[in-house]
Amino acid sequence: MSAVIRVNGEDRRLQVATVMELLRAEGVDPGRRGVAVALNGAVVRRADWSAVALAPGDEVEIVKPFAGG
Amino acid sequence: MTDKTENADPLIIAGHRFASRLIVGTARFSSRQVMLDALVASGAEVVTASIRRISLEGYSESLVDLVGGHYRLLPNTAGCATVKDAVLTAQLARESLETDWVKLELIGDRETLYPDVAELIQAAEQLVGEGFTVLPYCTDDPVVCRRLADVGCAAVMPLGSPIGSGMGICNPYNLELLCERSAVPVILDAGVGTASDAALAMELGCAAVMVNTAIAQANDPVNMARAMGEAVAAGRRARLAGRIPRRAYGQPSSPQLGLIGSGS
Repeated sequence: MSAVIRVNGEDRRLQVATVMELLRAEGVDPGRRGVAVALNGAVVRRADWSAVALAPGDEVEIVKPFAGG
Repeated sequence: MTDKTENADPLIIAGHRFASRLIVGTARFSSRQVMLDALVASGAEVVTASIRRISLEGYSESLVDLVGGHYRLLPNTAGCATVKDAVLTAQLARESLETDWVKLELIGDRETLYPDVAELIQAAEQLVGEGFTVLPYCTDDPVVCRRLADVGCAAVMPLGSPIGSGMGICNPYNLELLCERSAVPVILDAGVGTASDAALAMELGCAAVMVNTAIAQANDPVNMARAMGEAVAAGRRARLAGRIPRRAYGQPSSPQLGLIGSGS
């Protein structure tokens, strides 16, 4: 069953059960250094990506470091 | 070159010692290679980064892989306009870069990029409570800086003039006063246009200077980075040496006796 999840401000219809599955579905290498995830305004630690389940309407932020001043 | 272990005058922030008193931003360089060469030329040990949404259409070489091993990465919350966004960005930065350090920016006005100090103090207090080492970008107001130190910030980062303006230090008297009265290190952030601005900041008593645009957008960023490193070191040395007082009239430096043509 697919659900709409808001990923980085964009609604996506996805068939994913966990944060880890979401990252894979979006083509983000979960092993890559610097990637961090927040679910509904709270950080999900890397160690919990496989365990934390997603629900329809969830808002996910996937970030990494960029150049900055 | 300075030997980090033998530096007699290190910059100390939250118990960490640094030989260089220059912090360099990584944005606005024409290429990655120019940025990397400029960082080396600057002598900086701390460099800043931003935290942004990953592009879902694929992403390029990571800043962490480029500079992570050689420098302490100081993530910022640039662009955040609310306590909520700034705090979450800091928390994401901690997870992303495995550092408790954050350069806290809370922008109150998009045109001038002036910080919203009321929100800033609130966010700083919350992040300190969560164990962060908070370095807030703030106005050059001694009372604001004192409030930030009171809530536990490890340093304060007042602006010399607006971010990216290159206007230098608009109120040197204020900055000097602030440095004299601050309980925590003062790092001049924003406004530096050229090396003399960085030297002046150090002469006025700043513990360090943060520079990005003035290096990245210079005609020759690598040489400007070197100049900034040298200016910060020279300014610090001059500060420690102690400048002479200003006087309105001239005072000859050569001996006044034995002038030819004099009466006796």
